[in-house]
Amino acid sequence: MSVPVLFGRLRRHRLFPLILLAAMIVLLPLLFPSAYYYRVAALVFIFAIAAIGLNLLMGFAGQVSLGHAGFMGVGAYAVAIGPTHLGIPPLVSFVLGAMLSGLVAFVVGRPILRLRGHYLAVATLGFGVLLAIVFTNEAAWTGGPDGMTVPRLTLLAWSLRSADAWYWVLAVSFLVSAALALNLIDSPTGRALRAIHDSEIAARVLGIDVAQKKLMIFVVSAVYASIAGSYLALMNGYITPDVSDFLRSMELVAMVALGGMGSVIGSLVGSAVLVILPQSLTFFHDYEQVVLGLVVMGVMIFLRGGIVPSLAAALGVRRT
Amino acid sequence: MAEFLQFVFSGLTVGAIYALVAIGFTLIYNASGVINFAQGEFVMLGGMTTVFLGAAGVPLLLAAAAAVLITTAVGMALYRFAIATAREANTVTLIIITIGASIFLRGLAGIMFDKRFHSLPPLFGSDAIRIGGAAILPQSLVVLAGALIIVVLLWAFIDRTLFGKAVSAIAANRLAARLVGINTHVIVGACFALSAAIGAIAGILVTPITLTSYNAGTLLALKGFAAVMLGGIGSAIGAVVGGVLLGLFEAFAAGYLSASYKDAVAFLVILAVLFVMPQGLFGKAKGERV
Repeated sequence: MSVPVLFGRLRRHRLFPLILLAAMIVLLPLLFPSAYYYRVAALVFIFAIAAIGLNLLMGFAGQVSLGHAGFMGVGAYAVAIGPTHLGIPPLVSFVLGAMLSGLVAFVVGRPILRLRGHYLAVATLGFGVLLAIVFTNEAAWTGGPDGMTVPRLTLLAWSLRSADAWYWVLAVSFLVSAALALNLIDSPTGRALRAIHDSEIAARVLGIDVAQKKLMIFVVSAVYASIAGSYLALMNGYITPDVSDFLRSMELVAMVALGGMGSVIGSLVGSAVLVILPQSLTFFHDYEQVVLGLVVMGVMIFLRGGIVPSLAAALGVRRT
Repeated sequence: MAEFLQFVFSGLTVGAIYALVAIGFTLIYNASGVINFAQGEFVMLGGMTTVFLGAAGVPLLLAAAAAVLITTAVGMALYRFAIATAREANTVTLIIITIGASIFLRGLAGIMFDKRFHSLPPLFGSDAIRIGGAAILPQSLVVLAGALIIVVLLWAFIDRTLFGKAVSAIAANRLAARLVGINTHVIVGACFALSAAIGAIAGILVTPITLTSYNAGTLLALKGFAAVMLGGIGSAIGAVVGGVLLGLFEAFAAGYLSASYKDAVAFLVILAVLFVMPQGLFGKAKGERV
């Protein structure tokens, strides 16, 4: 087999964009002048994981959630409360938190996902705010509005602490999350979800169990958010109820919409913009909300397709 | 008994404000199909602008009038620059746009004003009136009376004027309304303006009791929306009844159950209503067109 044929086959593979991305992630640190850059990049990966999960729900299944930061909160508090109050090792707490988020999503998902349009938006929003209220009020467990410290993640004798270590751990986690999402999208389930997005009734007529598929993707996206929340708590070593704030939920939605609904790479781009923008605007710290509000409005009004799909369409690339 | 009455009084006062926020929601929803999550920011802007104009030496009544005008202009700008520009967007996109507007307005208020809590002097002093062992502030009566007047005026305006008929026509069928020569842009814009004015007045009335700050709007919008859901989306009576009921629920939950979970009541109400009777108390059940 000649090299061009091999390359052509590789190019058409669904994970090809990720392979390119992996190469970029490996080379990127060569440009980092300080540990601070590792940290910001690590934050981008964390939010990208949450955004990919939400994108599976919004971009593919067409179901909005304005309360996904609630699941981030579940994951974050799992790795905070588990080791501190219950004596569960951090890594086990991490997994238990993801399972708990999935379970919560499974239980509330069935009634919530029956709703549509603004009813669904409001139900998910209400659910997210309720979780935030619980985190704020159960001060004996969560430290209340002041938050609590999160024990470091240790593997054998090695404690995960430095910014560059986190960069690599999160880069791998991000690539795995993205690969899983891309696989899911190309599976029969992914096609069923896109059918639901286009027309629920048509999907049902085709024999797709709409309720079950929606519930499944809701659970998956909750687990993604929870994992991102756990990482955030572990990396910062500290957690406050802000993690599940309503604003945070909106930020996630903005990341998905900005990068592009239904584009996994888009979620990374959206997260990168919304994480890096406030960091580079630290001068204008007060303007953070103003900028976030403007970005959300501007994207929804003028760039409804999102950055990556619009660019891809301009360049004639098949999938992102 | 005195305790019970006390909770009723505080519930009614807060409920009146929720009702006004809910009425604002309903007005915009009926005219444009948009759920305007920036409704709470109108309330905040009304209160905060009055406080800061007052602090700048403007007589309070004049400051209040100016605050209403400024908020009204913000409401019109919201329609003109955000909603009208995104015309054919779907429901969820429009919701996200208004949430973006709400974040933007809150951020702007945080910069232009400050991030502290502020109050206004009550209209008739702060000596509580005692009724049956419970105390009620004169300002609470002002809030209740103000809410009542606004609701009656608005009802008359919608029910008895050509403008109101145009709003009803647009709510029933936008395209048909345009075909019979109604300028939907002007009418919907006016509904945003009216809704912003109502929000601002609510904010000014309630600030002496509950205080206000740059981020007071979000929670109010969410609770106003809970009131709308409870009453049935699109129903004006539903908005008022839903608002008052929600205020009472909250007051009783705070009094008898847990004060720290007071804010959770609204969201439990939203979820309960959505699961049990999505059309609310006064809403109409809708079939789905294939």
